[in-house]
Amino acid sequence: MLKVVINGKEIEAQAGSTILEVASEHGFNIPTLCHLNLHDMDYCNHPVSCRICMVEVNEGRGSRLTPACDTYISEGMVVETDSSKAIKARRTVMELLLSNHPQDCLYCTRSTNCDLQTLANSMNIRNNRFEGKMSNLGKDVSSKSIIKDLDKCILCRRCESICSEVQTVNIYSPINRGFETVIGTAFQDSLQDTPCTFCGQCVSVCPTGALTEVSHVDRIWNKINDPESVVVVQTAPAVRVALGEEFGAVPGGVSTGKMVAGLRRMGFNYVFDTNWGADLTIMEEANEVVERLNKGTLPILTSCCPGWIKFIEHQFPKLIDVPSTCKSPHEMQGAITKTYFAEKLGINPDDIYVVSVMPCVAKKYEAARDELSVDGRADVDAVITTRELASMIREAGINYNELADEEFDHPLGESTGAAAIFGATGGVLEAALRTAAGWLTNDSAPSLDYKEVRGLEGIKEATLKINDLELKVAAASGLGNARKLLEKIEAGENEYHVIEIMACPAGCIAGGGQPYNHGDRSIIEKRMKAIYEIDAHKEIRESHKNPDIIKIYDEYLEKPGGHLAHKLLHTHYFERDNIKE
Amino acid sequence: MACQCNNEECFIELDKFIEERNLTGESSLIQVLHQAQHLFGYLPRNLQVYVAKKLNIPIAKVYGVVTFYTFFSETPRGENVIQVCLGTGCFVKGADKVMLSFESELEIKQGETTADNQFTLSAVRCVGACGLAPVVIINEKVYGHVQSEDVKGILENYIVGEITTQTA
Amino acid sequence: MKINSITELRKLHTEKLPLLALRQAEAHVGKERVIMVCGGTGCHSASSKELLEELQKEIKAQGVSELVEAKATGCFGFCAEGPIIRIFPDDVFYIKVQPSDANRIIKDHIIGGSPIDDLLFLEPTINEKVKTMHEMSFYKKQMRIALRNCGIIDPENIDEYIAAKGYLALAQVLEQNKPEAVSQLLIDSGLRGRGGAGFPTGLKWEATRKAKGDVKYVICNADEGDPGAFMDRSLLEGDPHSVLEALAIAGFCIGSDTGFIYIRAEYPLAIHRLEVAIAQAKEAGLLGENILGTGFNFDIKIKYGAGAFVCGEETALMRSIEGSRGEPFNKKVFPSESGLWQKPTCTNNVETLANIPVIFLNGADWYNKIGTERSKGTKVFALGGKIKNVGLVEVPMGTTLREIIFEIGGGIPNDRQFKAAQTGGPSGGVIAAEFLDTPIEYESLIEIGSMMGSGGMIVLDEDNCMVNIAKFYLEFTCEESCGKCTPCRIGTTRLLEILDKITKGKGTLKDLETLNDLSNVIKDASLCGLGKTAPNPVLSTLKYFNDEYMAHVVDKKCPAGVCKDLLQVTITDKCIGCTKCARICPVQCIDGKVKEQHIIDQDKCIKCQACIAACPVQAITTI
Repeated sequence: MLKVVINGKEIEAQAGSTILEVASEHGFNIPTLCHLNLHDMDYCNHPVSCRICMVEVNEGRGSRLTPACDTYISEGMVVETDSSKAIKARRTVMELLLSNHPQDCLYCTRSTNCDLQTLANSMNIRNNRFEGKMSNLGKDVSSKSIIKDLDKCILCRRCESICSEVQTVNIYSPINRGFETVIGTAFQDSLQDTPCTFCGQCVSVCPTGALTEVSHVDRIWNKINDPESVVVVQTAPAVRVALGEEFGAVPGGVSTGKMVAGLRRMGFNYVFDTNWGADLTIMEEANEVVERLNKGTLPILTSCCPGWIKFIEHQFPKLIDVPSTCKSPHEMQGAITKTYFAEKLGINPDDIYVVSVMPCVAKKYEAARDELSVDGRADVDAVITTRELASMIREAGINYNELADEEFDHPLGESTGAAAIFGATGGVLEAALRTAAGWLTNDSAPSLDYKEVRGLEGIKEATLKINDLELKVAAASGLGNARKLLEKIEAGENEYHVIEIMACPAGCIAGGGQPYNHGDRSIIEKRMKAIYEIDAHKEIRESHKNPDIIKIYDEYLEKPGGHLAHKLLHTHYFERDNIKE
Repeated sequence: MACQCNNEECFIELDKFIEERNLTGESSLIQVLHQAQHLFGYLPRNLQVYVAKKLNIPIAKVYGVVTFYTFFSETPRGENVIQVCLGTGCFVKGADKVMLSFESELEIKQGETTADNQFTLSAVRCVGACGLAPVVIINEKVYGHVQSEDVKGILENYIVGEITTQTA
Repeated sequence: MKINSITELRKLHTEKLPLLALRQAEAHVGKERVIMVCGGTGCHSASSKELLEELQKEIKAQGVSELVEAKATGCFGFCAEGPIIRIFPDDVFYIKVQPSDANRIIKDHIIGGSPIDDLLFLEPTINEKVKTMHEMSFYKKQMRIALRNCGIIDPENIDEYIAAKGYLALAQVLEQNKPEAVSQLLIDSGLRGRGGAGFPTGLKWEATRKAKGDVKYVICNADEGDPGAFMDRSLLEGDPHSVLEALAIAGFCIGSDTGFIYIRAEYPLAIHRLEVAIAQAKEAGLLGENILGTGFNFDIKIKYGAGAFVCGEETALMRSIEGSRGEPFNKKVFPSESGLWQKPTCTNNVETLANIPVIFLNGADWYNKIGTERSKGTKVFALGGKIKNVGLVEVPMGTTLREIIFEIGGGIPNDRQFKAAQTGGPSGGVIAAEFLDTPIEYESLIEIGSMMGSGGMIVLDEDNCMVNIAKFYLEFTCEESCGKCTPCRIGTTRLLEILDKITKGKGTLKDLETLNDLSNVIKDASLCGLGKTAPNPVLSTLKYFNDEYMAHVVDKKCPAGVCKDLLQVTITDKCIGCTKCARICPVQCIDGKVKEQHIIDQDKCIKCQACIAACPVQAITTI
């Protein structure tokens, strides 16, 4: 233990801790900006470049400023986090940052939810001594998912770190130098022309409005207000455990009923549940597992996650036959909405407008993939993130917290506990195992809980015995972890039969479209807990026991993997370049 | 400056350079880029992509390195490369005026190449010939004690076929 | 020619001594001569290579091949008077020698025995031609330790280096076989890093030696980036082996078998000499496996820079060697513990290394006695700008600026007044006339707002505008900022913009305050040495030449007449009304009737001064 003095207070602290760590432990707030430490993801962005966290220290050789985030404490060190020198430096640095930042906060998506704005406000920056040239690179609006506004970039490099170190997609690098430095793509190509997976993790760590999702808000309002359109909305499993945060709720709460009520108030004609689509996905996927088990063409990889699918298409094009051919749940749900449901209600499918509320920005890109359509009709017409939904609820003047719970509409609203856990890493795998085991054992499996595949670790594995069969399974979240498994498959060293992969570390609960957690990863854990609570409280916890699912096979689809199921619910993948020549 | 061989031979040369030295991964990137630029004269997009694939480095990283170091050029250089020393020793003796003079004579800014690809104008920092300040180097030839009024005359040594161009 | 043991090396040294005999002989009456031609970049640029070829041709043609030899050597330092040759053993120093002089040098001097008067240097203090360098005031106060072999040996010949006691220091260290004694001797010698900051070299070695790790690295920083400095280049061109030898000693001391020399790709001659030297040293078994049969292995690789000043900063340099963008990183722990590829790493500058072999040969006490209490040894400066004797000088620490500038440097040419000396390049500051008697030391220079830096020393006279000089350095820093941290990336840009505003006559008093405040924050808050020192040119000019800033801001005048936008071109009553000026004016801002005094519309005038050149009676002036 070392003795240090922070702002006059004598403190004992562990050697090897940074000033920032010790100070925050003892209640001294030091502002940070570029620094972002997400322990559970083995991710620590510390370029030590923003220079916002400067504090004054004296180690007996006179005082100096040092970055608190990356300076170890030493015996006898005297730290002043709020000396006039430190504050002057911080304020000057902030003024400099703002002098090269668009002054359009009023119109910015991140307004009131922006780390830079919050920090400037808390530092009492009310005017700026500096003005001069500003970066003028314009926006990259090429992609269906992410808007990149380099002029709002403050070069914290969080996006670069998460994309390269965690996701191993390596889209970004610092480019040029000096004032002209930007965090950009190779050759400043638009995102559309890169192997970006649109996982949106960069969006979720960006402290400013430099990386945001493509908005579908206006087009959805237009459709809602169009009397000719039947606007059907569906909500992903992970949305209900996070949406409340946008309205001030404590993280970890479940607000399914309020969410459904809110969507109805907004004017959606039908409020369905993507969880129903998830149950349907399990039917098709579990069937595929059993089929491929018999054919001996395992391993099989899950295919619910569009970011992950784009990753394999670019990075491992030779392996594109390995993932399941199942469409993702909301695409299945969209396809069924425009066929089965339309027929049932006698609505012209062309009048149906399917909106998905997703924790994800890649889903926007996915919905625009040409092949995800039936008879030329896109399965899903618009996708909004959890954040966009919250903004629409606010815009509509709905007092979310006061809403009384309501139920999803039928017939695409009933779901099981198996569907609920799709939102967390390992959930799809567990749901598939429940059904596969149910089928193989005539519903006599000893337990429905596969706890080995739960939790926040990047790669989880388990060996299960179903009858005589020893099934080896794994779940990976985060594309860096996915890469490890894929490299094994490519090298012929894979030992698993079924592998679930989610692009975002921790799965959809931490998706790129979820409410910003501003670096507080404990929120993710709480969302995960909520997901498993939903499952635990469900009467039916296996997809194949969902009565509405049983019904649609009886009435319409005949059997999993059948002809119609293939037409509506399955898809194919493409080899894509990793580097555009 | 650029090699006169066709591209294919240059790529073979580059492969040879990489393979002989068993170069791979990030630590050899700068060395390989130096050689690539030496062979091709500059580092066009396809060459950067080639290097990225060959060394198994993300292309964004390669591009980040290419745009960081001023020695690497993404555009081909002119037949004649003019380097005006803007080191302090030359600057205090009027090298900035010499540079302006080149800029106005050639109608380009420093760092640019003339439309006819005859001249590339660049600034260098101290060539170590401070005794001759201000110094201008054209290709390999060193001009010492250059004043702005000398620029026109110096350039005339390099303008070829001026008359034919005018009549053509 | 592999040297297998320390004994063999010592024997070889004795055998090779005659190689340098002519050059070291103090009085020699024989007929043999050797002509050393400067092969440094400065003289090279002034066609010393052609001169050497021409001399060799004449030697053959005039049939004196038996008696005389012409060889290239490293920089003599007196670049202003280059190309330079020195003829041994009669020790005659010729200046501004042209290839066309080769014929008479051989005929008149070598054969005829009479030195050529018009190639001799005119020593201004006595207004007489002098024959030897010892009589020249340029050399009188110099002490060549780092440059000891420059101008003496042929840098491309390892035998000559060995004859000059080369690699004997390495042998001594290997023989003693006590790494801890190596760093201790350096600590005792008082040698401090010559790259700029002046950290004690011995302590650096000691820390890296003590650091835990099987793999360690030594690096020679030859990324000389100060835009007015060429000390390291000259050292590498003139005496590459001394750097290799010092690196090997460092490797032995800290326990490393790999050294890197990081050198600017813009230094082709130095790179060539290094490559030749490394190849020769390997062949001789002085690098590689089992050096001198002692079991010590050490190899050196050259890594090329690619045009980034910031790579002279130790951590950025390591990133660059690793193949990345040269962006500095925060030294949470020192590179001596975690540097290149996170391994313990010891980085030394070229000049520091060049001093090391001779310190081991002569002992710590010998070195310790040179210089001042706080700064030991000598320092090499690249003397440039408004000074008569532009060149490379090496002086003992403690020499005053006045001695360097006025005695060694010969003062300011063209009868102009000294205004300031700039040291430390873009990281340093300007030193005003009042500090000319400051003895040169690391601390004393910092106390007066500048720094030692790597050794660039640029002299400024009354025709240099200090605001413009500050702007020049800031332009450089902005261009060379890596862009990583906020204060340097945006802050230096804002500094430059304010300076630009001032030179355009649009500055305010408030701007001066902002300049000062912002400079201090950039200094305190930047990530690396480049950013931390970038404001020094601004701060020091603000401090010592505040009146010039005030003139720009308040009176809208540039006292040195440099800032174009502050000039006023006016026509005096000398005007004869010839209309030439009005006709040549590109913006038609001159008005007046024939034979009447013309007037310039100051709002329209672009200060191109074309009218001044056109006026036949010098009636147009600038104020």
